[in-house]
Amino acid sequence: MNLTTINNLIDGIRGRTLAFFSAGNQWRRRVALFLAVIGPGIITSNVDNDAGGIATYTQAGSAYGYTLLWSLIPMTIALYVTMEMCSRMGVITGKGLSDLIREEFGFRSTFFVMITGFLVDLGNVVAEFAGVAAAAQIFGVSKYIAVPMAAVAVWVLVLKGTYRQVEVVFLIACVFYLSYLFSALLSHPDWLLAARMTVIPSIHLETSYLITLTALVGTTIAPWQFFYLQASFVEKKVGPRQYPQARLDVLLGSISCMIIVFFIIICTAATLHASGLTNITDAGEAAKALVPLAGKWAALTFAFGLLNASLFAATILPLSTAHVICEGMGFEAGIDHKFREAPAFYWLYTILIVVGAGIVMIPSVPLWKIFIFSQVGNGVWLPIVVIFILLLVNRKDLMGEHTNTVAFNVVAWITAVAMIVLTFVLVGQGIYQWVRGVPG
Amino acid sequence: MLFATELVGASAYDSQAHFVGRVREFFVEPAEQPNRISHFLISRGRFQPLVARYDQVAKVAAGRIDLNVSERVLDAYKPNEGWLAVQKDLMDQQIIDTEGRKVVRVNDVDLTVIRTNEHVELRIAQVDVGLPGAMRRLLQGIAPSALVRKLQGKLPQRSIRWEFVNLIEPDPLRRVKLRITHEKLEDLHPADLAEMMEELSAAERQGIIASLDEETAAKVLAELDERLTTQIVEKLDPEKAADILEEMAPDAAADLLADLPKETSEELLEEMPNLEAEEVRELLSYDSSTAGGMMNTQFAYVSEASPREEVLGWLRKQDFNLEQLDTIVLVDAHAQFSGTVPVARMLLAAPEQLMSDLKTEPLVSITPDANEKDVFELFDKYNLRMLTVIDEEKRPIGTVTVDDVVSRLVNA
Repeated sequence: MNLTTINNLIDGIRGRTLAFFSAGNQWRRRVALFLAVIGPGIITSNVDNDAGGIATYTQAGSAYGYTLLWSLIPMTIALYVTMEMCSRMGVITGKGLSDLIREEFGFRSTFFVMITGFLVDLGNVVAEFAGVAAAAQIFGVSKYIAVPMAAVAVWVLVLKGTYRQVEVVFLIACVFYLSYLFSALLSHPDWLLAARMTVIPSIHLETSYLITLTALVGTTIAPWQFFYLQASFVEKKVGPRQYPQARLDVLLGSISCMIIVFFIIICTAATLHASGLTNITDAGEAAKALVPLAGKWAALTFAFGLLNASLFAATILPLSTAHVICEGMGFEAGIDHKFREAPAFYWLYTILIVVGAGIVMIPSVPLWKIFIFSQVGNGVWLPIVVIFILLLVNRKDLMGEHTNTVAFNVVAWITAVAMIVLTFVLVGQGIYQWVRGVPG
Repeated sequence: MLFATELVGASAYDSQAHFVGRVREFFVEPAEQPNRISHFLISRGRFQPLVARYDQVAKVAAGRIDLNVSERVLDAYKPNEGWLAVQKDLMDQQIIDTEGRKVVRVNDVDLTVIRTNEHVELRIAQVDVGLPGAMRRLLQGIAPSALVRKLQGKLPQRSIRWEFVNLIEPDPLRRVKLRITHEKLEDLHPADLAEMMEELSAAERQGIIASLDEETAAKVLAELDERLTTQIVEKLDPEKAADILEEMAPDAAADLLADLPKETSEELLEEMPNLEAEEVRELLSYDSSTAGGMMNTQFAYVSEASPREEVLGWLRKQDFNLEQLDTIVLVDAHAQFSGTVPVARMLLAAPEQLMSDLKTEPLVSITPDANEKDVFELFDKYNLRMLTVIDEEKRPIGTVTVDDVVSRLVNA
């Protein structure tokens, strides 16, 4: 089966689904309207559950059991509030976030946002390929085979696909996150306790608990995702009339992202934490430890989830980064362009993948240092980006009547400040680890 | 040659060499002169900012401006909608390069210095959209000017002459004040213009369509991504939208209206002249994935009994689009479809030859409710350029042309 066949197949499925819903009664037509817009929000928020994210959730579940579950609800709100602003900007202005930053804040600000973004995202890409390597190991495949194969697959997908086709592949990847549901089911958690811990906050004033909590927030809300989300809505040409559907897409995305986190945490809480394995630092280790505790299938679905998440993020991160940089610098960008039309875009994309996968291939490279670097980078980058977003979304000349309401602004600024404080804590922690020279 | 970046923040001195303030912005007054820097905004900390006119400038160099008058003569600054601000309206903004047919972002503005007896004028020569401008923006004020100038020589140049720069201003009143016309855009191919518009913001797209003449606007809308087309038409003034729809081929207009909410499309149809609206309404009644939804109701049909010369004479008098004149539909004495004649075959035929002798074999036609897949298959099988759509009484009601098929296949 070659790529064209796959493309045709995807287009066929898409077309038939849309036709089915648009031909029906009012209810079905409403679904069709939503299906035409769905994608950016769900994809973006699910990519948040990338290799780094899964490692953090695993750590949280194994070390603290169910006690961190309550943080998921405020995190869903924070995720929704911040992403909603970007989707609104994309839909109303029809411009990407870096376009707007460039036009309103000038060349120098844009340049620094871009350079930071490039370095931070490169660190993140390395983390994703490391995730691929870890998952492959569980399936008994050497990383020297799995990582180059993954890099080529990721590169080809974007180079040969159109936006719509790539989006469908991404949406399918989102469905594969459900493998964590099976890991959770197979590990027989205490559902009642989990439900109670989700709605009743239990805060422990203990340094390592707070650090894990901070890490949860830090890995879930990453600055690059705002650029990606806004650019996707622009590239998808979603207009103001479809805004309610776009908002629903973002809302569903935020919730589904958190449901996956919920499953990962309860899976590890019910197995690793319950058996006293509280010092798990990465997802690969967790998957291995799951075998004797919850059986081979729980471990395999867990590892499959990791592979899916890593591959997924390894595609989107370089894509988003290349987009941000080209948009800001005024180069042609977007996968609807051919290589010849947008050389800078495709070169950046290629470099990020080649260097990212290449670093993972170096034997004895201290990967944890790269993780910390990218985490600290995210932390430095996030406040800048969030403040830019808040300033832009409140500009009347750009947004017209669609600026934030006062109530929304209050929630948004509280979220922003909370996120900034938490990420600074994380940055401090990262630097401390770096200086001491010990991982985790 | 000077660069706008080198002038931002320049110190201004008056005729007595007293420091006046720093240059924060400079303006062009297109109503007076299209490329001359007409005013300099000089800010003085907490004091009210001043404005120096072009004829009050004695000397300009990177980082320094000398005036030929005393500070007291300068006017206080008042914002003016008719002034184009180089920093705010031009730098970092997107413009259309009408020569290169591309949307580009301005990195810097290149100025030529013209000396007269009493004063020095700056004229915009070109806008920099390449790496030298980007580097200047980045390093200005950090690295020494001389070093920056030396480095930029090593970078590949990319700039656009000022006369090929088409500014994009969404606000129609300001557009008039700034004398921004889109005449040059009207000369571009509608497909090129449509592609460029996809790069712009929603407001900018709206501004361009609103300022184009109806005919060009109709052509551009027909080329634009349908998701953007509906967004634009919805926001247009209904009267203007109806005028544009009138200019479009009925099938294109019907496609566009089909994507709009029911009330909006009804409103637009009301605004259109009855005859055109009727045609479009009829097309709208077909499902978009059928032959009826693809067809165009404007086509040339003649009696099969007429001689070639007579038909040619008649065609000359009609106001047909050239695209519709690829193939002529024939009808018999009962006004029923009886065949098609490619215009190329008419070209080679003798004047007195009858149209029925020039018919293409076999006789192919389709009903309006047939699926688009059947249409594609017929085109493929018989290598058609045009397919006639007939009703139950075998009367021709429209034609599907090869370009309709191609765009369907590409956008599928």
